[in-house]
Amino acid sequence: MSAREEILARIRAANGAAQATETEVPRAYRRSDGRPPGHPELLDLLEDRLVDYRAAVHRCGPEEVAATVEGVLTEALGPDRAEVLAAPGLPGTWTPSGAGRDDGRPAVRLSECGAAVTGTAVAIAQTGTLVLDAGAVCGRRALSLLPDVCVCVVRADQVVGGVPEALERLDPLAPLTFVSGPSATSDIELERVEGVHGPRTLHVVLVASA
Amino acid sequence: MSRTFLGMPGIPHGTGNLGGEEPFPRSAARHLADHQMRANLANATGTIRAKRASVVSELPDWEELRESGRAVKEATMARLDEHLVELERRVTERGGTVHWARDAAEANRIVTDLVRATGAEEVVKVKSMATQEIGLNEALEEAGVTAWETDLAELIVQLGDDRPSHILVPAIHRNRTEIRRIFLETMPGVDPDLTDDPRQLAMAARAYLRERFLRAKVAISGANFAVAETGTLAVVESEGNGRMCLTLPDTLITVMGIEKTVPTWRDLEVFLQTLPRSSTGERMNPYTSTWTGVTPGDGPGEFHLVLLDNGRTAALADPTGRQALHCIRCSACLNVCPVYERTGGHAYGSVYPGPIGAVLSPQLTGVEANPSLPYASTLCGACYEVCPVAIDIPSILVDLRGRQVESDRRPSAERIAFGAVARVMSPPRLWRSAQRLTRLGRLLARGRATLPAALPPPLSKWTRTRDLPTPPSETFTRRWARDHGDRT
Repeated sequence: MSAREEILARIRAANGAAQATETEVPRAYRRSDGRPPGHPELLDLLEDRLVDYRAAVHRCGPEEVAATVEGVLTEALGPDRAEVLAAPGLPGTWTPSGAGRDDGRPAVRLSECGAAVTGTAVAIAQTGTLVLDAGAVCGRRALSLLPDVCVCVVRADQVVGGVPEALERLDPLAPLTFVSGPSATSDIELERVEGVHGPRTLHVVLVASA
Repeated sequence: MSRTFLGMPGIPHGTGNLGGEEPFPRSAARHLADHQMRANLANATGTIRAKRASVVSELPDWEELRESGRAVKEATMARLDEHLVELERRVTERGGTVHWARDAAEANRIVTDLVRATGAEEVVKVKSMATQEIGLNEALEEAGVTAWETDLAELIVQLGDDRPSHILVPAIHRNRTEIRRIFLETMPGVDPDLTDDPRQLAMAARAYLRERFLRAKVAISGANFAVAETGTLAVVESEGNGRMCLTLPDTLITVMGIEKTVPTWRDLEVFLQTLPRSSTGERMNPYTSTWTGVTPGDGPGEFHLVLLDNGRTAALADPTGRQALHCIRCSACLNVCPVYERTGGHAYGSVYPGPIGAVLSPQLTGVEANPSLPYASTLCGACYEVCPVAIDIPSILVDLRGRQVESDRRPSAERIAFGAVARVMSPPRLWRSAQRLTRLGRLLARGRATLPAALPPPLSKWTRTRDLPTPPSETFTRRWARDHGDRT
């Protein structure tokens, strides 16, 4: 018997012996926050949570995105900044001047870039989480991972209350990355240190609705 | 107990790093003498308990989430065969390859062969309990393949030639000074002026590992969840080392215990809320990655999923103990356990320490192979209270103790003594006479709340660690008879 057949047979025998029966799964927890996506309170909550993780949050209007991103990059990288790469599908009105487009270059070269600029698929206010879905606006997974500074642009209408509302808006078949603040570790005496292998600095540009 | 469960005939137990040579009381006594470790651990578990309590109290629906998590896992186990077949179908559809491993040796063989086929001589690893359980690093080493642990704590353990002592924070027994010393002694090219500031230590690890991430051809990971209906795998982490391993190499091999399956995508909405709050005390961990098979142009071009049994089906056959398979490895039970906090994780001898380890390890190996672990607990119940999937660990411990006693038929002083007690307690008349004799104890106590501790040997083995309360002036049955009339 193959390992597959044998393990499946063991499971059936075990469930028979333990007289396992399937029961209904109750879902009495909050599946909706009650506030619609983009509600001003949700934006405040998201900002509060992100700042708690030591991410920097910058708010701006829909016409000011490129300028805001530009300002963030200048502050983070200095005037003679290293190369900045934007996700291939990042809207032109969000893309600062001088930023290149991710051309699928090898990881070693991506690692040498100063910063990445990406969009976001969904943001979760309660947990301070941005979800990137590896589409054209967010870029491939390595883009938001290797450069030391990551700038994520979030539209107000993408901000939902809780985790359940976010998952139902996402496509599980896309490679997803849930980002809650900069890379961090608590491995030394359970003291949180921001910045290990992923970007050490996370900037979130939160764009008000038009 | 109406029946004794000693394993299903035909369902073999697991092997691997699931128990020590030494019985728990002896290794615990040895580890208790390590004052530095105890101080490190008391400090760390105290910190994490407070953080967890604070973020859990933020959620008004915590108990509902806990109940849903428990129910999802219970429902998964009841049809685990169907869910695994569905998972396999979905992963395969999306370009992945699924392998099945009956035990540790088979899983190690599968992974080693896969790595060999790529020609790689080194692999980068994401922290994974399953691969520690099966001893994969050692198996790879025998095959001439170097495995680099990339989680900071795992790296500390690996460089210090040490063993993990905690599910989530394997180097929790080390403090910053010890970690600094390990880095200075073992990390090539490390700055000799390195201080013991956790930030500096983390930066040293970043520099050391970045180069390895960029050149690695093969990565090995575990999985926190696998969604059967979509074939989606999930890894929950903090540092970004997981993302590096899941994204950069050409080949990804994921080793996962079969119990990590959940039926639907929607089920993750429960665990992604309860796991981070329970484990690191954060509202959400910094990074969670999900992937489904292979995505052209993004991440590894080759994906292998190894489904591991290694005693899990044997545990599944136990009506009480099967709920230990619901564990999502958050380690909240370790952090609240008064026994774990004092003995540390090494005393348990298994890669799964603490309360969950005391129930999971003996069930994977069979209680005969791990007879002392069910006793590594005071049964205080704190573990049950914090468990995000409501595993009734105390009840499983009691059940396992019963099985351990039943499996060991040798006569012992304890067995003979309790046999005598049973004979005295069964006939009411004899029991009442015995109760009258306890009044003698009041004379010995001379007004104190407990009797003098020491009984002569061999009874001293019992009284040495237990206080015997002074018998009351009147027994409950007498008082009942007085107040309600003698109806006994």
